Amino acid sequence: MRAYGGTLVRYTLLIVTALVFVVPLFWVLSASLKDVREIYTFPPVWIPTEPKFSNYSEAWNSAPFGRFYLNTIITTLFGVVLEVVNAVLTAYALVFLRFPGRNIIFVVLLAALMVPIHVTILPNYLTIASLGWVNTYQGIILPGASVAFGAFLLRQHFLTLPSEIMEAARLDGAGHLQTLWYVLLPISKPMLVTVTLVSVVTKWNDFLWPLIATNSTGMRTLPIGLSYLFNQEGASQWGLIMAATIFVILPILLLFLRWQKHIVSGLTSGATKG
Amino acid sequence: MGLGKARNGLGDVKKRRIDRQHLLFLAFIAPNFLLLGIFTYWPMLYQIYLSLTRWDMLAPKKTFVGLDNYTNMFGGQEFWGVLFKTFYFMGAVVAGSVVLGLAVAILLNQRLRGRNFVRSVTFAPVILSGAAVGLVWAYIFDPNYGLLRTLLEFIGVSSPDWLADTRFAMPAIIIVYLWKSIGFAVVIYLAGLQNISKDLYEAARVDGANSWVRFRHVTLPQLSPVTFFVVLTTIINSFQAFDIIAVMTGGGPAGATTTLIWYIYQEGFIAFRAGVAAAAAIIMFLLLLVITVLQVRYAQRGVHYK
Repeated sequence: MRAYGGTLVRYTLLIVTALVFVVPLFWVLSASLKDVREIYTFPPVWIPTEPKFSNYSEAWNSAPFGRFYLNTIITTLFGVVLEVVNAVLTAYALVFLRFPGRNIIFVVLLAALMVPIHVTILPNYLTIASLGWVNTYQGIILPGASVAFGAFLLRQHFLTLPSEIMEAARLDGAGHLQTLWYVLLPISKPMLVTVTLVSVVTKWNDFLWPLIATNSTGMRTLPIGLSYLFNQEGASQWGLIMAATIFVILPILLLFLRWQKHIVSGLTSGATKG
Repeated sequence: MGLGKARNGLGDVKKRRIDRQHLLFLAFIAPNFLLLGIFTYWPMLYQIYLSLTRWDMLAPKKTFVGLDNYTNMFGGQEFWGVLFKTFYFMGAVVAGSVVLGLAVAILLNQRLRGRNFVRSVTFAPVILSGAAVGLVWAYIFDPNYGLLRTLLEFIGVSSPDWLADTRFAMPAIIIVYLWKSIGFAVVIYLAGLQNISKDLYEAARVDGANSWVRFRHVTLPQLSPVTFFVVLTTIINSFQAFDIIAVMTGGGPAGATTTLIWYIYQEGFIAFRAGVAAAAAIIMFLLLLVITVLQVRYAQRGVHYK
């Protein structure tokens, strides 16, 4: 099981693999600190001789990045809260509340998994346009605020909890909202953190829908603002563009460093929980 | 919202409690299903109607044209080209995810120093913005000042103009997409490798199997459900690869990277042919439906085995 190839070969492969992933990230950082001369030389300079930190301020000022940040934070924050609340309430209802035809409702929920948001961009655009929601936060947020997969994951999780916990709460005279808030959520914290983080990452990076739902620069989110800067400056300003790239990826990278386990397990959870 | 204390006879309370539970159930699922209705179920139905019309998204009336959009799409060359590029991209990405994903997973499954670090860096791109990753690689592919030119000249090859050359644009997109998403397959394969019973390897060793035979006759067959999952998930995700294409090539040059999702966007939001965009979206939905049905059937089987 363990021994494929000699130690030297294995370490060489390990280092090559690491380089394939580390070098591009290092390259962004290095380029973001280069002045124009060092960018346009061949062979390339690995470490800028005089780090040019002004690339960052120039990038920040050549497009309204403050505004892009604000837009991304608002749409991510509200989008995530709505999605997680919807996931929790739906999963709770499907597991702990009696209702005739509950299983049919669950199947209808599962059907939504088959319709990724990419398939419905056109009719959804027509809907928000007719509501007058183009270039609004609700137009960006609401189409992605419903949740099927997260509700499914939480449902599966709730089903694994011992029923004594719920019965004990019931005997203490707790209502459903109290049981949910004081009993269920605290013991489901790791699962909730996972669902929340996956939602944060997805919404922060979302590209296609915010691109369609907005057309004024002031309402753009970070990833779209970044591509806007690139279209403006083109390949003549790689230093600025790489600095702006750091604006977009840094918050998510920090999140990843802090909660790597949760994020990885959340993004790959479909594999282990059938 | 307490459930109320028993004042009447026990039977009454129970009945009232159930009715209140029904209301609570509806209240809990209402927001989610309202949104799903408006932005998932209804648009899918509405899209079927749109796909049967000709409309520039401005005119007050849509013209009903029956199946014309479909027959035009399948009767002309452009859409077949789009499908070909979609499957070219998908096939390469699936093959790459399986082969490289498994190879890296096997490497990281060995007892090597620093493997946790490498595991983290292979996964990190998965969570980064596709637009950001696309731009980083557009710079790396730059035929004059890019990093890749250095590497290629080091081995004596001159760099193509990757993103402006119809032959190289799609391979470039595939490389970037694989770089960004391979960590997913690696994690899934690693979990799969760790689930293989050590007894199987012991038995094979006793039978005198060398490492290749053990890989061929123990590892690969034991991993086949994992591979199936990786393949299906990669297919589904590859349909939705939009941001990398948007920032790197915009579907070009000369349509060389126009996959189905880019075609839908282009027809709907650049050419304003709503009917054609809707018809293409229906085709994409049907393709996804086939794959999802396969996946659900597989997932149910997986549950039974547990």
